[in-house]
Amino acid sequence: MPKDGGIGASSKRREDLRFLTGKGKYTDDINLRDQTYAYFIRSDVAHGTINSIDISAAMKMPGVERVFTASDFEGVGGVPCGWQVTDRHGQPMQEPKHPVLAEGKVRHVGDPIAVVVADSLAEARDAAEQVEIDITELPAVLNMKDALNDGATKVHDDLTSNLCYDWGFVEENRDAVDAAIKGAHHVTTLELKNNRLVANPMEPRVAVADFDSSTDEYTLYTTSQNPHVIRLLMGAFVLGIPEHKLRVVAPDVGGGFGAKIYHYAEEAFCTFAAKQIGRPVKWTSSRSEAFMSDAHGRDHVTKIELALDKDGKFLALRTDTHANMGAYLSTFAPSIPTWLHGTLMAGNYTTPLIYVNVKAVFTNTVPVDAYRGAGRPEATFQLERVVDKAAREMGIDPVELRRKNFITEFPYATPVAVEYDTGDYHATMDKLLELSDHAGFEARAATSKANGKLRGFGIAHYIEACGIAPSNLVGQLGARAGLYESATVRVNATGSISVMTGSHSHGQGHETSFAQVVAEMIGIDESQIDIVHGDTAKTPMGMGTYGSRSIAVGGSAMVRATEKIINKARKIAAHLMEASEADIELKDGQFTVAGTDKSVAWGDVTLAAYVPHNYPLEDIEPGLEETAFYDPANFTYPSGAYGCEVEVDPETGKVTVLGFTAADDFGNIINPMIVEGQVHGGLAQGIGQAMIENCAYDDDGQLLSGSYMDYAMPRADDLPMFTVDHSSVTPCTHNPLGVKGCGEAGAIGSPPALVNAVVDALQRAGHDVTHIDMPLSPDRVWAAMNS
Amino acid sequence: MTKVTMTVNGKTVSKEVEGRTLLSAMLREQLNLTGTHIGCDTSQCGACVVHVNGEAVKSCTMFAAEADGAEVKTIEGMANADGSLSTIQAAFQEHHGLQCGFCTPGMVMSAAALLKDNPKPSEAEVREYLEGNLCRCTGYHNIVKAIMAASGQDVPAVAAE
Ligand code: FES
Ligand code: FES
Repeated sequence: MPKDGGIGASSKRREDLRFLTGKGKYTDDINLRDQTYAYFIRSDVAHGTINSIDISAAMKMPGVERVFTASDFEGVGGVPCGWQVTDRHGQPMQEPKHPVLAEGKVRHVGDPIAVVVADSLAEARDAAEQVEIDITELPAVLNMKDALNDGATKVHDDLTSNLCYDWGFVEENRDAVDAAIKGAHHVTTLELKNNRLVANPMEPRVAVADFDSSTDEYTLYTTSQNPHVIRLLMGAFVLGIPEHKLRVVAPDVGGGFGAKIYHYAEEAFCTFAAKQIGRPVKWTSSRSEAFMSDAHGRDHVTKIELALDKDGKFLALRTDTHANMGAYLSTFAPSIPTWLHGTLMAGNYTTPLIYVNVKAVFTNTVPVDAYRGAGRPEATFQLERVVDKAAREMGIDPVELRRKNFITEFPYATPVAVEYDTGDYHATMDKLLELSDHAGFEARAATSKANGKLRGFGIAHYIEACGIAPSNLVGQLGARAGLYESATVRVNATGSISVMTGSHSHGQGHETSFAQVVAEMIGIDESQIDIVHGDTAKTPMGMGTYGSRSIAVGGSAMVRATEKIINKARKIAAHLMEASEADIELKDGQFTVAGTDKSVAWGDVTLAAYVPHNYPLEDIEPGLEETAFYDPANFTYPSGAYGCEVEVDPETGKVTVLGFTAADDFGNIINPMIVEGQVHGGLAQGIGQAMIENCAYDDDGQLLSGSYMDYAMPRADDLPMFTVDHSSVTPCTHNPLGVKGCGEAGAIGSPPALVNAVVDALQRAGHDVTHIDMPLSPDRVWAAMNS
Repeated sequence: MTKVTMTVNGKTVSKEVEGRTLLSAMLREQLNLTGTHIGCDTSQCGACVVHVNGEAVKSCTMFAAEADGAEVKTIEGMANADGSLSTIQAAFQEHHGLQCGFCTPGMVMSAAALLKDNPKPSEAEVREYLEGNLCRCTGYHNIVKAIMAASGQDVPAVAAE
């Protein structure tokens, strides 16, 4: 029987009521009295020296309040990077300054040079036409390998080269891995690209800033996944505003997918300018602007080698990756190709020796940072592609080769420094084969063949690491932040509850699922509980939502705070019933004395806490409000088996995705409906990456895919109905809910399954095709078949 | 500046607008109907879809002045008279057809226009009709389910769980 409330119930989302009636409050819906509008003038060349900026004509234009350039930002810090990676030789990465507005040079198309602030956006835009900027164009640095050649043009003159870092992991394994590969029975080698993507949350970024000169307080409304992180980075590193004078609010946010984690120059600009001109400043990104200013994702070029013995046991794995950083280091950019990528290279397998080398490179492109999955899709793609290729080379069934190498005993310490707590990879694989009717594939393939089409089936089995932690470890790895989460549970006198969480929902449905957890713990109705998030003035310091961490880390903090509440409430109940605290039980919102019919209701206890007439004042304080900070002991490790069935038209190379099945193990599940929705969305993004999405630059560094006319977003008729399953459950062993996280899995497991399916279709038809780079556009597939 | 008069969600409104003012901007900025969203600048995302004289229109592609005299309906006018969710809205909630909610107003307005013309669409017809509405969160699976359900069709029969 499905539950109708609490943990495990598909409770309908309460936030939907406002979103479905047009009452959502997104940042662009916020207008402050007397606000001005900022219009950013951005570089239209990839690389150049700024000779002069003449703002005099623009300043005289109607409605113009002020025009800002880099000279207004002397004494203001650069946009900081939140993670310092140490290279193979123990040296810190090269870290260039990222100014709020370009200083002397522009380094990518879209780099902001000047900003006009005016009474209306139209006036700001008109005045921007009058700003005269003289730039001498320089050669653009685009190809990562060329960028590392001696004498290559440098993106940053003050760095020694375009190399951000050369990272080796685990460096001590390097020689042993080389030796194992040299002596192996079989080595499968694959060179591939992980295509550059643009996250494209449907809501473009927006910032609205205000300064109150009577209190010296700033308020910034911004489209962020983590308002406290923005407050810390912008306040402490860029503008020098103490935290108690800076409030950051991220109200309803229309999707993030990573692109809204980072602190961006536009936020700092609006906050700074609001004080300078004494009026609120609003900036709303256009979609075209978003393409050239939101951090991009992926963009890795990799060579991977897998060594196997004659039975197909994996012996060693070596990878060599170039990772594009873009022109500046975005907030978490250095950590993505390293700690969120190298640590996942064991996948689901017992490979004993692994060495990962990553060279991070500066180029004249938009900064690259985490996008849904962040490092883990890149790891999974190369691993699941090379395993599939090895299976074909050795004549072993791809399912069997995976099964032969699955980790089956937990906890399992991988050779890449992480310890998987639980998992059951055979279970998810079994589930996938069942749900996708793998047994019936040959018959379906025959039907396709009769219709002149090529059918293929591809599998990928992924491992994910969510809820990055613990803080002391990530500190050693270079993080300049902690990765705990916080929650304050405030019980009101009549028993209703406000939970202030440091997690942030931008589509994940926390207002519903978090309430389910507290409702279950206390045994009251979900409607009695409100979840408050996204405002530094209301919530305790929290790290926000990314890396599928909300329920595993934020949910755990909330559980800990609620446990403190229950412990205190139990003491009050014991006093009210004149019983021993040890005998008090809480069930369905009633405190009872074990073995008796004595009980008090939740609301009587909460009232007593705030009207403490009959109350143990000598032992406990009045009131019922508790805060907890939760710092996880380990990552969580969701995993799953993904299967994709495709049909290829041999005449045109067009690929049709006929079906996609995802069999996941997310540990315990709070709200199955929401979890399934998260998987659907991830699958769409992964299928988008594999099929149609691609962020492209031309040889001069012009962004070719700068709007929805050129960047192909998955549309409804590009996708099939999905089959998703989460019935394989191995609960996480180290958090109180046994949850693992589900937000990114779909985007991680789907690209390799899809490419494997297309390669399968072509090989079955006798084509000697072992790899096609994403996206699998008809011309690429056709060319692969006809080369 | 010209004066335009139109009916928006059943109420007559008159505003002074510039020739270049888009209907979407007038709705959002002058009438404070912020449920109509702006997701692109190339008329491709559909977050801004409203009904003009009963037809689904991307309000970012129409000047406010062109809507002079028209009957306009936005997401704020879609609920039942008693404030409860209409059939389509309720189906979106029931089938989890929205996550961040940003595409949702446009999706609901497009879905309403589809079902008016084609009360029992097939899954393929729903997908084809939504060609002009982008959603980055849901993968469309549950949007398609919601629209099928709103049309009174048996969802499990068309959509594998
Ligand atoms: S805002 Fe109108 S189609 Fe995108
Ligand atoms: S629900 Fe977020 S874009 Fe559709």
